[in-house]
Amino acid sequence: MNHDAYPDNYIRSILNSVKSIAMVGASPVNVRPSYFAFKYLAQRGYDMIPVNPGHVGKDLLGKPFVASLRDIGRPVDMIDIFRNSSHIMPVVEEALTLDPLPKVIWMQLGARDDAAAEKAEAAGIKVVMNRCPKIEYGRLSSEISWMGVNSRTLSSKRPPAPTQGMRLSLNRMSVGGGDTAASDRAAKNKSEQS
Amino acid sequence: MSDRLPGFSTLAVHAGAQPDPTTGARATPIYQTTSFVFNDADHAASLFGLQAFGNIYTRIGNPTNAVLEERVAALEGGTAALAVASGHAAQVVVLQQLLQPGDEFIAARKLYGGSINQFAHAFKSFGWNVVWADPDDIASFERAVTPRTKAIFIESIANPAGSITDIEAISTVARKAGVPMIVDNTLASPYLIRPIDHGADIVVHSLTKFLGGHGNSLGGIIVDAGTFDWSAGGKYPMLSEPRPEYHGIRLQETFGNFAFAIACRVLGLRDLGPALSPFNAFMILTGIETLPLRMQKHCDNAKAVAEFLAGHPAVSAVNYAGLASDKYNQLARKYAPKGAGAVFTFRLKGGYDAGVSLVSKLQLFSHLANVGDTRSLVIHPASTTHSQLDDAAKIKSGAGPDVVRLSIGIEDKEDLIADLEQALGA
Repeated sequence: MNHDAYPDNYIRSILNSVKSIAMVGASPVNVRPSYFAFKYLAQRGYDMIPVNPGHVGKDLLGKPFVASLRDIGRPVDMIDIFRNSSHIMPVVEEALTLDPLPKVIWMQLGARDDAAAEKAEAAGIKVVMNRCPKIEYGRLSSEISWMGVNSRTLSSKRPPAPTQGMRLSLNRMSVGGGDTAASDRAAKNKSEQS
Repeated sequence: MSDRLPGFSTLAVHAGAQPDPTTGARATPIYQTTSFVFNDADHAASLFGLQAFGNIYTRIGNPTNAVLEERVAALEGGTAALAVASGHAAQVVVLQQLLQPGDEFIAARKLYGGSINQFAHAFKSFGWNVVWADPDDIASFERAVTPRTKAIFIESIANPAGSITDIEAISTVARKAGVPMIVDNTLASPYLIRPIDHGADIVVHSLTKFLGGHGNSLGGIIVDAGTFDWSAGGKYPMLSEPRPEYHGIRLQETFGNFAFAIACRVLGLRDLGPALSPFNAFMILTGIETLPLRMQKHCDNAKAVAEFLAGHPAVSAVNYAGLASDKYNQLARKYAPKGAGAVFTFRLKGGYDAGVSLVSKLQLFSHLANVGDTRSLVIHPASTTHSQLDDAAKIKSGAGPDVVRLSIGIEDKEDLIADLEQALGA
């Protein structure tokens, strides 16, 4: 997988297929990005599991925190890692000990570890890096268009009137370019600078 | 679902818009409402806390305006956009996110006169100091960089003479300085030039001109390219630091490559207040649907009119980058191969009196201070917009007594040429 630019179909197939998501580094502080994403994905119907050893015994929006992936005690489809790039590898290594293996490992916006991605992919796990599942869900459903964001999708279909907590259709026509090209350039600029 | 890439004209018609979920309306409805009902207290809190996508109040966002924003973002190849009340409002909102009092920004000397006034006077009173550079001398931008420089501002096709700016060369200066490059793309529109493809980090427009295209609605827009790392060096605290207005949210960390557009919305538009009327957004959206058709016709007409004027005995010079002999023709071929725009100037052998006479005799061209209308427009800067300057200052700003500026419309070119011919002839 080219981790600089994901085809929409790749992201779409992941968000359409996974049901349970363990979020490593989920924060109960309601201005943290992990809290935003956890709440949004729970509202869109995903079975969310907060993983954070610092908050065991408490819960996040009604879901009890667990200390580690091994403590979940049931299969999970996707692991969403809200940690800096330097803390990714141990989480991926722990994920690789799970039975059954997760289908997807997702690293949050700003997080990227190519060696960890390679390990996970070698075990047949799909990997997404440096993206936010909330933003991608909002983009592919075009819900994010309320914020003036370029969803890079088109549709001439009449969508259902939205109600609270509903799953949204992600099956819109994808428009290439846009922020994919811009992000690529940004990533390139960044790596040239460092 | 295919990942096929639709063309520019398809995006101009479809991007951002879909049938209304409630009524099935196919045209984008005008949501002429100040406010939007919350589902419940938690929904309200989520929206105010920026946790959920949705509508609160039209000063912060509106569904009609959102369609316009996504459409222009798609046409420019940006990650997100924010529509505001005018092109001037776009500029103040952009710079509010980037500059603190005492900071500097570098601006090209060749700009719309209104922007020169805004930068030199209004922004100076905010403590935002403009440093001018010459777009024909790239080194003048490099020399202008100081530790307080926070941005570089240029026009892609520049007022008043339609000169073409070497966007890539100036973007290299901006990257080296570690500051974003802002490009005003009003006179080109994304049909002719997409500045993000040439290194722009932020694009602004007066939507009033070619994008709206019909001279009926004011508007402005800010497009975020998603290319700039706002956290580097701590120079842009509005984006990189916890914001007290939102209980400590860091916008770049939370919104990634569209954080600048969000900052413009939730810090700029929310607090400064220059919101676009949804009715104007609707009018401009309707205009954008035909942008590719109109823009090509504007350019083709402009080239024909410029060629006619270049051969006329009463005309001493024509400044149009689309002419092979023009000093900007190489840059026009590189940046705007479909056409060099439709705003340009020419000079009359008869000087000031000939300019006044021409404007008074024209029958189709309208004498007014705007550009980018379906109608052809004319202005004689020396007797109008620049009349308060002395002759030396007029010449320096490209508005000498013998200069006439045209904005060519989408009428039949033969009629425009005939009108100029009769007005020049007698």
